Amino acid sequence: MATDTIAPGPEAPAPLSPARAQIEQKTLRTDRWWLSPLLTMLVLVAFIFYATFRAFQNADYYTGNLISPFYSPCIATKCVPGSSLGGFKPFGDWWSISPALLILIFPLGFRMTCYYYRKAYYRAFWQSPPACAVAEPHGKYTGERRFPLILNNSHRYFFYAGLIFNTILSWDAILAFRNPAGQWGHMSVGTLVLIANAVLLWVYSLSCHSCRHIMGGKLKHFSKHPLRYKGWTLVSKLNHKHMLFAWVSLFGVALTDAYVALVANGTFSNPTFF
Amino acid sequence: MGYKGKFKVWRGDASGGDLKDFEVEINEGEVVLDIIHRLQATQAPDMACRWNCKAGKCGSCSAEINGKPRLMCMTRMSTFEQDETVTVTPLRTFPVIKDLVTDVGFNYAKAREVKSFTPPKDLLPGEYRMQQIDVERSQEFRKCIECYLCQNTCHAVRDHEENKDNFSGPRYLMRVAELDMHPLDTADRKNSAQEEHGLGFCNITKCCTEVCPEHIRITDNALIPMKERVVDRKYDPLVWLGNKIRRRTSSDA
Repeated sequence: MATDTIAPGPEAPAPLSPARAQIEQKTLRTDRWWLSPLLTMLVLVAFIFYATFRAFQNADYYTGNLISPFYSPCIATKCVPGSSLGGFKPFGDWWSISPALLILIFPLGFRMTCYYYRKAYYRAFWQSPPACAVAEPHGKYTGERRFPLILNNSHRYFFYAGLIFNTILSWDAILAFRNPAGQWGHMSVGTLVLIANAVLLWVYSLSCHSCRHIMGGKLKHFSKHPLRYKGWTLVSKLNHKHMLFAWVSLFGVALTDAYVALVANGTFSNPTFF
Repeated sequence: MGYKGKFKVWRGDASGGDLKDFEVEINEGEVVLDIIHRLQATQAPDMACRWNCKAGKCGSCSAEINGKPRLMCMTRMSTFEQDETVTVTPLRTFPVIKDLVTDVGFNYAKAREVKSFTPPKDLLPGEYRMQQIDVERSQEFRKCIECYLCQNTCHAVRDHEENKDNFSGPRYLMRVAELDMHPLDTADRKNSAQEEHGLGFCNITKCCTEVCPEHIRITDNALIPMKERVVDRKYDPLVWLGNKIRRRTSSDA
């Protein structure tokens, strides 16, 4: 291998071997390779703005029978009466800002360390690379070997936390079979919205690469663990569509929150079936 | 129904070169490699290109076609518009020898750095017994034709020459994963994957999977599972504690 390199200019990417074919263009791709990272960036930025606004808004997250996934579980004393799960409020009056900020680190961490979203944001935001065979603009690249990106290895812990959150949000969907007065045996469009949100979050979580590993991927001998092999096979099937579930569940969370917010602030009433 | 198509082909060697324009006859059913051969036969007899099977199985004719790393023999001319100029360049990541031929010796060096299959010491050749269910996962990786398109596309070395010493690339990290998943392999692959072969350089942007002509799901089935195994070994205190308490080794599972 040749070891001599060309010195980089001030804005130049990393120096490359002069023994390579000298081609000036960063890429010769003629397709719209920039479209996918651009759309990814726009959608993620829109979600970040919306989620930040709603997380700090500290209002319109509970309707009596529906609770926004951004605020569940609501674990501060200042939560709207009735919104806490079983009255569990370990954070007292001293927590004066939005209770959403207490919990959002977990779903945020799960998505930030997700193997799919890593691809999405490395391409869309960090341009490392923006697309395949398109030169990245950075002079140096160390991957996920150092702080802070090495923290992405904690994905499985956020996955465990995500399972707890999914269970709580599933319970929220069951609680939505009440009317705003708290009487059981009722169902509304909001019930369906919360059920759909919980289902989407479950399939997103169960299709996760860490889940696949924990279920059986870590094994050397599937033949010694037939049940785990079956579980691994099922999760592998879901894992094929992890990207799809990642996006759909992201939209699901935002739309569910928006629905609850619109009902809570009286923009429209939650249509009931019975 | 033939037509005259426009081609740009990179001509040159390590001392320099540039894209040369050609107008060439293109016939129905042809692939890019056919056109390169026609250029050799009719206009540029000294144009160098590496090829062998013309069936997508030898991995020799790797190049970049309109900027995308592809096999020339598997790229149909019918995928381009008739008035579209098709640009063919050599693989960017490796030193060029001449025209479309590059020196892929980097990959041979990295292949030699992977510790070979290590069966249990008391098991002799001919005594290997394993169940299909235990080997089928890694059989996907055996479809690799070593075209090195994944190695060429990975930005960790494509855009950063300095990482070549410390990063084996997706093809050989996949080989490490294949051996780590092998039911009879006893070597410790997890530490070496991270520390010797540079698995931490991989930021799973999946370009290796996108360009693989054998459609091997390199990232999902080899690199990410290997990253998770490395997490077990190096970054997960609960797994570490569990293994200590149960005195379990990785080959027990």
